[in-house]
Amino acid sequence: MIELETHLTRALRKSSGRILASLIKSFGDFDKAEDALQDAAAEALRVWPQKGIPDNPAAWLHTAAKRRAIDKIRKDTRHHSKETQQILLDLDANKEDMAETDYDIPDERLRLIFTCCHPALSPEAQLALTLRTLGGLTVREIARAFLSSEPAMLQRITRAKKKIRDAGIPYEIPKVEQLAERRQIVQKTIYLIFNESYSAFEGQTLTRKDLANEAIRLAALLFRLDPHPETGGLLALMQFTNARHAARTDENGQMVSLEQQNRGLWDHETIHQANEMLVVQFKQGKFGPYQLQAAISGLHCQATSWATTDWQQIVALYHALTAFDPSPVVQLNATMAQANLGNPIQALKELSLLEDELVAYQPFYAARAEMHIMLKDKDAARADLAKAIALTSNKVEIQFLQAKHDTLL
Amino acid sequence: MQFMALIYNAEGSEASYEGGMEKIMADYWQFGEEAKAAGVMVTGDALEAVSTATSIRVRNGKADLTDGPFAETKEQLGGYYLLECKDLDQAIEWAQKIPTAKYGTIEVRPVMVFEK
Repeated sequence: MIELETHLTRALRKSSGRILASLIKSFGDFDKAEDALQDAAAEALRVWPQKGIPDNPAAWLHTAAKRRAIDKIRKDTRHHSKETQQILLDLDANKEDMAETDYDIPDERLRLIFTCCHPALSPEAQLALTLRTLGGLTVREIARAFLSSEPAMLQRITRAKKKIRDAGIPYEIPKVEQLAERRQIVQKTIYLIFNESYSAFEGQTLTRKDLANEAIRLAALLFRLDPHPETGGLLALMQFTNARHAARTDENGQMVSLEQQNRGLWDHETIHQANEMLVVQFKQGKFGPYQLQAAISGLHCQATSWATTDWQQIVALYHALTAFDPSPVVQLNATMAQANLGNPIQALKELSLLEDELVAYQPFYAARAEMHIMLKDKDAARADLAKAIALTSNKVEIQFLQAKHDTLL
Repeated sequence: MQFMALIYNAEGSEASYEGGMEKIMADYWQFGEEAKAAGVMVTGDALEAVSTATSIRVRNGKADLTDGPFAETKEQLGGYYLLECKDLDQAIEWAQKIPTAKYGTIEVRPVMVFEK
């Protein structure tokens, strides 16, 4: 029985996104599709013990869910409108599919991705709905990952589904004219999911790591269905970042700066893969911010030490990045990279121009403290570290900054 | 599906439109022609200035009238179109072409359909 449940859970984890996407296409409704899949899972628990686990559990679930949904529509006489009749006719036409359980479920996930990330939904709703339907995460898992309550998360998802249904949001891949803009929204949603896994790491560590993996899985899926170089860049960027995960904290849970990290702990296999992916994207000559950020991250990943990092190239890449994203945060990073080429006085001057805009940004003061340390100005470094500490509520970061502060006493 | 496109702008903000009032009128006329030709237009009208508005509330069987709009906001409802569109994406596409979208706000909402 336990083995059976494991099979079912694994099949759902792996394929629920694909099954749901196809069911939504058939029935034109998120809730109907979800209910049908839930019924199918319950049916599997009843039937599989007697008949054995099917060769293709996902296809079995898809077929069972479709049958369940059709039964429900037939029973529910109130809904025998013209549209419903058409759905039933379409489904009857595909009857051969339904008898056979060893077939490929039609892949409608690209429609699902674009619908979940439709700009008429709020960014929070996009995140939650994408994780729920495409990632197959439970509402409880999503709520925990976003440090939110389960009822609040459920309400957010329910509202999003209602808006999709009532506002006429189409279940379609956007037209060519809209595709570029809409693809960027999807990329942004995936990157937000990934960043969420890094934004606060006290407690909940496991869930948050799953979230990073989920974002990578989604980017890989998007890239497979819609191979755009910026999606490839995003995928590589997240892989580079994730590959350094094990070295980011020490055995006591303390944060370790990139400079001090044990590079032997990095996942060099993943770094290699991400690098190959990025090189192929760059060759297409359609540069964008994700590819550039990935390239910067990739140079860090390939350096054998902080000192031998290719700062010259990193500075050039940051300058290219400012053309796409002239935000003060990017300028801060560009300045810091420049400083590693050996001119902290110049860097300090440039940083002072950014202070007004970054006055509430913790990394700004942490970075300026580094400049003061390079220039052996301990008092100024301590003052900036104190400002940085006051600007964060993340315990791990506070400990990291405090430790640095105390070495300067 | 039918979508209502509600056209909001601050009164007087037309002045910021490149080409002035004459150009706005010409662009609205062109929008109407395009939407008709595409089979999207159901109907549409401009409203008189918000200074002509009267708000009516019936409480305890008695009509209570106030001089002015439902809500005193900077941007006010100035007109509407009723559009026949395939889905929200098409409605958004047409809403973007309404001249006031350049200096005001267009709110689109589907018309509710009651099942018989």
